[in-house]
Amino acid sequence: MGFYDLSTPFIYVLFLLLLPFGMPNILLYLLAFGTGLTLDAFYDTMGVHATACVVLAFVRISFISISLNKDAIDDPEPSLSYMGFQWFSLYAFLCVLTHHLVLFFLETFRLTEIGYTLMRCGLSCIFTLLIILLVEFIFYKRTSR
Amino acid sequence: MRNLWIFISRYNAFFLFIIFFSVGVFLTVKNNAYQRSATLNSTNEVVGTAYERLNVFKRYLNLGVVNDSLAAENAKLKTKLLDLTTIDSAKDVKVIDTITHQQYTYLAAKVVKNSVTLRNNVMTINKGAIDGIKSGMAVLSPERGVVGFIRDVSEHLATIQSLLHKDTRISVVVKKNNALGSLVWGDGNFDIRKAYIKGVPNHIKMNVGDTIVTSGFASFPSGILVGRISRTNVATNDNFLSAELNLFNDFSTLQYVYVVKDNKAEEQKALESMVKPNE
Repeated sequence: MGFYDLSTPFIYVLFLLLLPFGMPNILLYLLAFGTGLTLDAFYDTMGVHATACVVLAFVRISFISISLNKDAIDDPEPSLSYMGFQWFSLYAFLCVLTHHLVLFFLETFRLTEIGYTLMRCGLSCIFTLLIILLVEFIFYKRTSR
Repeated sequence: MRNLWIFISRYNAFFLFIIFFSVGVFLTVKNNAYQRSATLNSTNEVVGTAYERLNVFKRYLNLGVVNDSLAAENAKLKTKLLDLTTIDSAKDVKVIDTITHQQYTYLAAKVVKNSVTLRNNVMTINKGAIDGIKSGMAVLSPERGVVGFIRDVSEHLATIQSLLHKDTRISVVVKKNNALGSLVWGDGNFDIRKAYIKGVPNHIKMNVGDTIVTSGFASFPSGILVGRISRTNVATNDNFLSAELNLFNDFSTLQYVYVVKDNKAEEQKALESMVKPNE
């Protein structure tokens, strides 16, 4: 069985994951939507990536507001070097998973092949997460923590 | 209003999400052919299912009205059916023989009395002189085969001397070689499914399975199927060949018959009567 079709990493979500904390929501959404539209322009899937990115932005905002105390945030951005491996990996996992779910279901747009879609989604999710963590470790900044 | 505004700004992430998500989905559906068609189809399916459900309920509500109209229609049809069973709607069927320019007319008639068990069987039909039936006319079975001749005619009824009668003789030919013979029944054979062809000249070869058809010399049109030879070389006391045949026609289940009107019968009879036997 070939995994060639099944697993496609979308590293560009890292850009949205690493946007600074202090950014207003509207700007965050606009950036997410713009990023998605740019991707769509090249994939010729107008709106699919944009929607997925908007969902990712929503998950990002929700997760941060739930897991962190907004007033006590003194780190500039939610990256691995600032937030630690545990928090960042959970954060990245949730964001990437929802993004991929929305992305693949919007792309197939039917529930009859749900098994295949879910498998594509899961494998791509793992692939994306691995590469995101890899990138984060490569550009790891040793902080004074 | 102020509270609403606070509420919205407090949960601005969610409302912004709703707005952007809707725009994204709208763009997806609008700009991708497959997604658009899928959306349309599923929308139609949902709407159609809803209408179907609604229709089920509506049907129940209308049941009384529908029942009444059905009952009325039923009564109307039954009345009509009564009319039909009492009025005889059988009409003349014209058969035009283009080779001999002889015109036969078929008249459908219902058998009102039939017998097959006697030595000489006669049946009665519901057409008589008023329908133009005359004595001596040929009678056919609708499916296949000959029935007999008209014997006596009253105003509305007529009797048929069927083939199952010792005096009935029908002119027939063997289909493959046109050898003339005559079809008889009786003579020690009282099986209604069998008859004999007699008077076939000696040099003619008849085999089992040969088809026998009417000759067209008597009142019958030519080529009406009669039966198939089942046994050849039946012993007779004359110098002609005989054969036993299975009749196509089943006399015991006869319901309707065709009376054949031969429009040139009178002319033929008149002409032939001018030939004197001992000329």
